[in-house]
Amino acid sequence: MIGRVLSFGRLMALLAKETIQMRRDRLTFGMMLGIPLVQLMLFGFAINTDPKELPAALVAPTQDRFTRAMVSALELTGYYRFVAPDATAAEAERMIARGDVSFVVTIPSDFGRRVMRGESPSILIDADATDPSVASGAISTLGTVAGQALSREAGVAAPAPGLSVVVHRRYNPEGVTQYNIVPALLGVILQLTMVMMTAMALTRETERGTMENLLSMPATPLEVMLGKIVPYLGVGAVQVVVVLAASRLVFGVPFVGSLTLILAGVFVFVMALVILGYLISTVARTQMQAMQITFFFFLPSLMLSGFMFPYRGMPGWAQALGEIFPLTHFLRLIRAVMLKGAGLATVSGSFLVLGLFVLVLALAALTRFRKTLD
Amino acid sequence: MTEPAIAVTGLTKRFGGRVVVDRVTLSVARGEIAGFLGPNGSGKTTTIRMMCGLLEPDGGEGRVLGHDIRRERRAIKRRVGYMTQRFSFYEDLTIEENLRFVAGLYGMRPVARAVRDTLADLGLTSRRGQLAGALSGGWKQRLALAACLMHKPDLLLLDEPTAGVDPKARREFWDEIHARAAEGLTVLVSTHYMDEAERCHRIAYISYGRLVAHGTVAEVVAGAGLSTLVLTGGRTAEAARALDGAEGVEQVAHFGATLHVVGRDPDRLRRAVAPVAAEMGARIDPAETSLEDVFIKLMGEARDTA
Repeated sequence: MIGRVLSFGRLMALLAKETIQMRRDRLTFGMMLGIPLVQLMLFGFAINTDPKELPAALVAPTQDRFTRAMVSALELTGYYRFVAPDATAAEAERMIARGDVSFVVTIPSDFGRRVMRGESPSILIDADATDPSVASGAISTLGTVAGQALSREAGVAAPAPGLSVVVHRRYNPEGVTQYNIVPALLGVILQLTMVMMTAMALTRETERGTMENLLSMPATPLEVMLGKIVPYLGVGAVQVVVVLAASRLVFGVPFVGSLTLILAGVFVFVMALVILGYLISTVARTQMQAMQITFFFFLPSLMLSGFMFPYRGMPGWAQALGEIFPLTHFLRLIRAVMLKGAGLATVSGSFLVLGLFVLVLALAALTRFRKTLD
Repeated sequence: MTEPAIAVTGLTKRFGGRVVVDRVTLSVARGEIAGFLGPNGSGKTTTIRMMCGLLEPDGGEGRVLGHDIRRERRAIKRRVGYMTQRFSFYEDLTIEENLRFVAGLYGMRPVARAVRDTLADLGLTSRRGQLAGALSGGWKQRLALAACLMHKPDLLLLDEPTAGVDPKARREFWDEIHARAAEGLTVLVSTHYMDEAERCHRIAYISYGRLVAHGTVAEVVAGAGLSTLVLTGGRTAEAARALDGAEGVEQVAHFGATLHVVGRDPDRLRRAVAPVAAEMGARIDPAETSLEDVFIKLMGEARDTA
């Protein structure tokens, strides 16, 4: 009876066939084994939800022993790493807007004098609160640590004066998570759809056998590439309008910076994405492979770009790895412009890198494009 | 116009160490319909692809319509129409949309006029709104031909164009080809249908990547040096068994109720056939050797030397 619905022999024949096909597709096979391992290692070590050693800038006109004591006390908490220990106020402002540092610690010039006189001194900490989770740990331990350090340094000479720590949660004072996530989602959504759609571009031609015909007609590699990617720029434009409108109207994300700059950034980013997808389609032989390569690329870029976890909270090697994803640079750009109101001068670096992606990826794709069937 | 449309010498192609096309030298005069014959996997498609710039030859050289096949691929693509073995237009586009695409790629102006003329020319006007994927084999072939002819090429390369096409559509297809050739179009067509080979002005036979015979059909048949006897009536099945592998007999093949027996030497052939025919009660008639018999002999020889 059961032989009618489930025959062992027939099932074995099907299983054998599937296994052979799976093994023949080397790329798929490699990915099935490689992806879990690589990503486990990558994310296991890289991701840190309580980020430490965040880069900070120090603005301290008088570097006396009290200042030094404060700095070393802050560093001892493990949350601060002073990458710019002798910045001017203007420099520090630029760095925090660009996202190079997460904190700016300002110790006023009369700090030491006030301690000596027994007056209550104060320090100012500007925290980049676009990502509320970054700032919280660092700020919460602040008061006590700084106070203790100061008492030690002031020593027996004077009674420990009450230190006041003024914290400015910049850009997102209420710590609204959406402000940080929604603009970044624009990048993530664009990345998923743009790369995946264009990654199918050439593989579909190859799979359907239309590639041979296309190649036998007089179209240049550049024409083929532009023909494949330009329609998706249109699709991208629609997505951008929808996401930006929803950010403003549904989530109430502030648009502090210039809309033109935002759109320019989005344009360069989308260009990089569609060309990346096109490059994938020159490598993949089947649509299935194109899909796998896209995902192989997608997941790490999500994790290491600063979308899901604070970029500055990752170890140095993971940050370096994160730099190879266009998404990382786009997130810096969009957050800086949208939430911090950064101007072109501040984000020109991100523009430059994204432009470089476009150029390098386009050259790679044009080189990879096979003009013959060889 | 004295230069041949196709002139290749020593064309060679290897795929992973395996020689697929082995020093093929071929010349096709302008306005000629050349048949390119050979069994499956003999290198016909690869040779054609090298001629139209889709594959880079590993050895040899050639000129197509006066252009170098290595260095002037783009010029060749502009003046050659290549019809692939497998239907390779867009199945999710209509006939008209496919043609508009092709017209655009070849830079034809105005596109609408070129499309309208081509549709009318190949009798596709009434079906222009149909999706290519929904067409039968014959109509797909007609669309492919229309697309290849659209830019008025000087040379048409057809790779097994009539595979899977019914006899009527095949006949119409060949009429179309001959009409175009009469206007000066050069055609190289690969096939393994013998009746199609006989419709060509000249044929070239390739086997295991090597060109083993070329000329007019009559020349190729004569060059093979075979004679044929036809046995009619009697017990042909038994006669076939008795003659297979007999002294002086090269091939034995059934054609309906008759048996074709082919050999190299007419006298030895007759000596071998006569007693068998007498025993089985069959009549012996001399016959023209068919192209198919010649090709089967050529295939056998090519395998021996390959």
